[in-house]
Amino acid sequence: MSSSTAGVVIVGASVAGVRTAQALRREGFDGRVVLLSDEAVMPYDKPPLSKGFLAGAAGPDQIALLTEVEADELGVEVRLNSRARRLHLAEHLVELDTGEHVAYHRLVVATGASARESTWPVSGVHVVRTMSDAQRLRADLERGGHLVVIGAGFVGSEVAATARMMGLQVTLVDPNTAPMTRIAGNQLGARFIRLHQDHGVDTRFGTSVLDVSRKYGRLHIDLSDGAALTADTCVVGIGAVPNDAWLASSGVRIDNGVLCDEYCRAIGNPDVYAVGDVARWHNPRRGLLTRHEHWTNAHEQANTVAHNIIHAQNLIAFAPIEYVWSDQYDWKIRIAGQIGVGTCDIVEVIGDEATERFAVLSSCDGASLSGIVAVNWPRALIAGRKALAHNMSYTDLRQAIEQLLSAMPTPVAMEGAK
Amino acid sequence: MARINADVRLCQGYANCVAAADDYFDIDDDGRVVLLHSDVPETDYSRVAQAAHSCPVSVLSVER
Repeated sequence: MSSSTAGVVIVGASVAGVRTAQALRREGFDGRVVLLSDEAVMPYDKPPLSKGFLAGAAGPDQIALLTEVEADELGVEVRLNSRARRLHLAEHLVELDTGEHVAYHRLVVATGASARESTWPVSGVHVVRTMSDAQRLRADLERGGHLVVIGAGFVGSEVAATARMMGLQVTLVDPNTAPMTRIAGNQLGARFIRLHQDHGVDTRFGTSVLDVSRKYGRLHIDLSDGAALTADTCVVGIGAVPNDAWLASSGVRIDNGVLCDEYCRAIGNPDVYAVGDVARWHNPRRGLLTRHEHWTNAHEQANTVAHNIIHAQNLIAFAPIEYVWSDQYDWKIRIAGQIGVGTCDIVEVIGDEATERFAVLSSCDGASLSGIVAVNWPRALIAGRKALAHNMSYTDLRQAIEQLLSAMPTPVAMEGAK
Repeated sequence: MARINADVRLCQGYANCVAAADDYFDIDDDGRVVLLHSDVPETDYSRVAQAAHSCPVSVLSVER
């Protein structure tokens, strides 16, 4: 089947899927592009769902990723309420929930990930993954009262911060020793805990949740240390799982995501690509099968997939430098590369942690740089991202950032970042 | 010649644009984007448009 008739079909309309469609057009692809979404609304951006959208500062228009007008201008056919339920590899067909079949020449799997559900199916217990999740949670938060957040990863930490800014009483519970340890390492843990405490959050780290129940209109949360909390609303942020089950019987290899080669092509099926949260690809930078659940990764991987679809004779391997961010209270937390991973436990703080502008550098051996955390310090972030891109040594970056620090008029304490 | 537009007030200092095209974009001490050039010759269009698209809060656009 020629590309002009079947074209590229992208399954999933979050940032990975939308950016793939946009990149295909930007790079000159003139075949058909179909974007299948299982949602009823046009594609939207997810990071604001735990921040500005949840707080009510941004509405659906402000978080649009692709409007109908933009899709028309690009020549991208967006099909809403179209959930893929099966893939027929030999026939090059995607089967929808409705039984309809959509033909493809190249397929891009961009089905993302779903919030891991709590084991307590009680009303008033929320997850935050979709726009409707965030709208339901917002309705509950607007009633005020006590919010208990279970899980202090990125989503949980952001929801806790947003709810405090909305005036709720907030308790943050996590069995780990500190927030965001999976990405940010342990070394900043005490400072991240204090950030929440300084804003009036009751923090319960090193504590797990045994049960959540609903009695007399309130939620009751039993903790492993024997404490019992009562709450009006509860949010569970305990990670996400890739949406790959629809491919289970297709012949595409899945194992915690779609297994891909370094060019993001499904292993053994080069007409099928995966991008974003659902892609687990051979990452040449790390020498590992890697799956990332972050916005910048989805965007960059989409560019690579679009390039590789168009330029089959000039494939580019996907080897990103990891970059994630979180905005909590007036802190802009930016993390590039890897922090405190494995034996990379050489960590130094530049600047004063007591002020609200500092950077943390990480190295495995004292010579090579493995990652940087920059808090409220964009120039340090830029220096760190460039250093990682150009394999600058740990000591050279440390020197560069110390120079940035000495060039600042005074340690900037409590600068209002927002 | 394409041209970059920036709604600087929305900038949150993510620096994705700088990482993608530091010959066109920088970020100042306050964490706001600075355009080093506004005009984009055709040879740079794809790279700069990709950098603009990398902004998580849609500060940047490149008009052809």
